[in-house]
Amino acid sequence: MTAGTGTLNPRLREIAEDFAAVPGKERLQLLLEFAQELPQLPARYADRHDLLEPVPECQSPLFLGVEVDDDGTVHLFFDAPREAPTTRGFAGILHAGLDGLSAEEILQTPSEFSGRLGLDDLVSPLRLRGMAAMMARIKRQVRRQRG
Amino acid sequence: MRLIVALPNDSAPKFQEYARPEVLVTTEWLAEHLEDPGLVVAESDEDVLLYETGHIPGAVKLDWHTELNDPLTRDYLDGDRFSELMSDKGISRDATLVLYGDRNNWWAAYALWVCTLFGHPDLRLLDGGRTKWIAEGRPLTTEEPQRPRTNYPVVDRDDTRFRVFRQQVMTHLGKLVDVRSPGEYTGELLHMPEYPQEGALRGGHIPSARNVPWARAAADDATFRTRKELETIYQDETGLQADDDVVVYCRIGERSSHTWFVLHHLLGYPQVRNYDGSWTEWGNSVRTPIRKGEAP
Repeated sequence: MTAGTGTLNPRLREIAEDFAAVPGKERLQLLLEFAQELPQLPARYADRHDLLEPVPECQSPLFLGVEVDDDGTVHLFFDAPREAPTTRGFAGILHAGLDGLSAEEILQTPSEFSGRLGLDDLVSPLRLRGMAAMMARIKRQVRRQRG
Repeated sequence: MRLIVALPNDSAPKFQEYARPEVLVTTEWLAEHLEDPGLVVAESDEDVLLYETGHIPGAVKLDWHTELNDPLTRDYLDGDRFSELMSDKGISRDATLVLYGDRNNWWAAYALWVCTLFGHPDLRLLDGGRTKWIAEGRPLTTEEPQRPRTNYPVVDRDDTRFRVFRQQVMTHLGKLVDVRSPGEYTGELLHMPEYPQEGALRGGHIPSARNVPWARAAADDATFRTRKELETIYQDETGLQADDDVVVYCRIGERSSHTWFVLHHLLGYPQVRNYDGSWTEWGNSVRTPIRKGEAP
């Protein structure tokens, strides 16, 4: 496991521990479960990719939506095709780990979080780069919307 | 290359136009031969999880990135490890190995090219790949096959015939095909502010390279275009001649494996080499000349 400096919020930490607890091949199954659990886009974003931010660093097209409420609560929305389960899995992890947190908690999340899932050898760093890019874009949008 | 064909060739009329009809099979052929003992089907995808969501019954998974590369050196597996990998997957040296995958067989062609370096005698691609198999409503399963381990021989990798290195490319300017997107070719795509780079310091292309994006060789249903259509693209438009000594490249050598397959196997060019160092090596190397813009 890659050691990181920042601390993870309890939900992300639990996810990282779940990945660490299972042997290699089962980690891919776990990632697949996150892909399957990624919520569908709400009606207001369905077929409205123009309202979302494309994430070209992912190997497959991914669209990201970030909303920050007046009280600072952040809501995340992702859309990626069914034929891109790895990208969906990354999005599912970020959704499970970050959706509904405060802007501050999201901004404190270590950017290299994706390196803590023990997926480097199974998924390859090249593919994991897409997840780091999603994280960076989420933070940038949170910062911008918070003003 | 001597072809020891364990299973019959697919006699589909479209394939007979190609220089080597035996390197392709149709979905119909595969469905018919799926149970044949001499056959192994392997799925190779861009997405590392796609196989787990469902694959052709009996197909093994062959991951381009985590299994075919040496984990330390930027290189492919050596003969020992390739033998280990194939034995572990239950693939014997005399098996008819049919590869297929997502995205117009992009990664399947890459895996096929790597297997070619080890001289596996009978390698074929499923025309239309995963897309066509699914579009036709053919069965998928999530069950992983239990293939008995084989004893695949240790064969030295031959890097001379179908692979080429930077120093050789330096002296080969002239018959190069850059199969990346037009934006990567002209050099525009490295200039996205704030965004992670594609892994190269400079954008552009190798001087004299012609740009033919790899996916032009595929039709809408992910099958290969007909020989006549391919000749129009590579000969009439690009000016390649059938006896040219051609080098193909992209970013890391995967997309160009697809074009290598087209030029060598489908159009029959005798000398086609894949420069797998590609732009991530060329664009970063000291004292290598590059060109920007649309002109070769």
